[in-house]
Amino acid sequence: MNSERNTVVVTFIGGIIFGIGLAISKMTHPEVVLDFLQLDDLGLLFVLGGAASVSLIVFQIASRTNRVAPITGKKYSLREREINNDLIFGGVIFGIGWGISGICPGAAFASLGIGNYVILWGIIGMFLGAYGHGILKEYRD
Amino acid sequence: MSQILNDILTVFPNGIEHYLLGGIAIGVGVILIYVLTGTIVGASTGLETIISYRSKIKWFQQEGFVSSRMWRTAFTVGIITGAFIYTIISGGNLWVTEVQWWRLLFGGILVGIGTRLGKGCTSGHGICGLASVSTASLINVVIFVGVAIVVAHAIEIIGVVP
Repeated sequence: MNSERNTVVVTFIGGIIFGIGLAISKMTHPEVVLDFLQLDDLGLLFVLGGAASVSLIVFQIASRTNRVAPITGKKYSLREREINNDLIFGGVIFGIGWGISGICPGAAFASLGIGNYVILWGIIGMFLGAYGHGILKEYRD
Repeated sequence: MSQILNDILTVFPNGIEHYLLGGIAIGVGVILIYVLTGTIVGASTGLETIISYRSKIKWFQQEGFVSSRMWRTAFTVGIITGAFIYTIISGGNLWVTEVQWWRLLFGGILVGIGTRLGKGCTSGHGICGLASVSTASLINVVIFVGVAIVVAHAIEIIGVVP
């Protein structure tokens, strides 16, 4: 029970740092993301590259040890997903949406934090999309 | 030499420091959660787990969502809080986008569907997947970045600004 509470506290604090990073790098501004996608300002490469590089070092070292995470006792694993049609089509649909709006889930929430209430259109859209996908899965199975 | 420098400056008209610094901060957030809890975060799964609080549909009531929704919601609220804290510290200037509402809404719907179908977004596949050197994530990232670049150009060409 304690471990569950501590996990919530840690992910909240981690989320705060994550949100500060999104705000510093202006990923909170759909305009900045669209500038990248229109190849006018390639700065986003440093955001993704910077975040992935520091994470890569820790992920690769930790997953090679036999240590476990202190709060949960979980072994350090790596993220692996199946390569299938959903992965491909999901990427295409997300890409179309990202190109139209300049928003992705983490950045949209951070954008709300900098006072951008207009982003609620995008957040409502993302929830509608995720809900629609859930209904689709329900019928498919 | 100065020609090369000029070319670099044109693709980075706003410099790179704040991009790199922000990116590293995002990574530090990911690492803190990973090291202390062994959890690999991703922002888009948060959409489904938040829906699981309200929807009775079986898809949203699956064990993986219900058991992780507390910390995933905490992560989402943390992201909003962090951006708010940064805004206050850096002078308190709130900011509002000029991108049109219909672009945000329709784009958002596709982002919601696509990230759930593909099981990840810019943070899950993009940051954590690449940090895991996952082939699946690399494929997904190349596709969504490539498609988005084409779509953003198409929209610019038909004259929608912003």
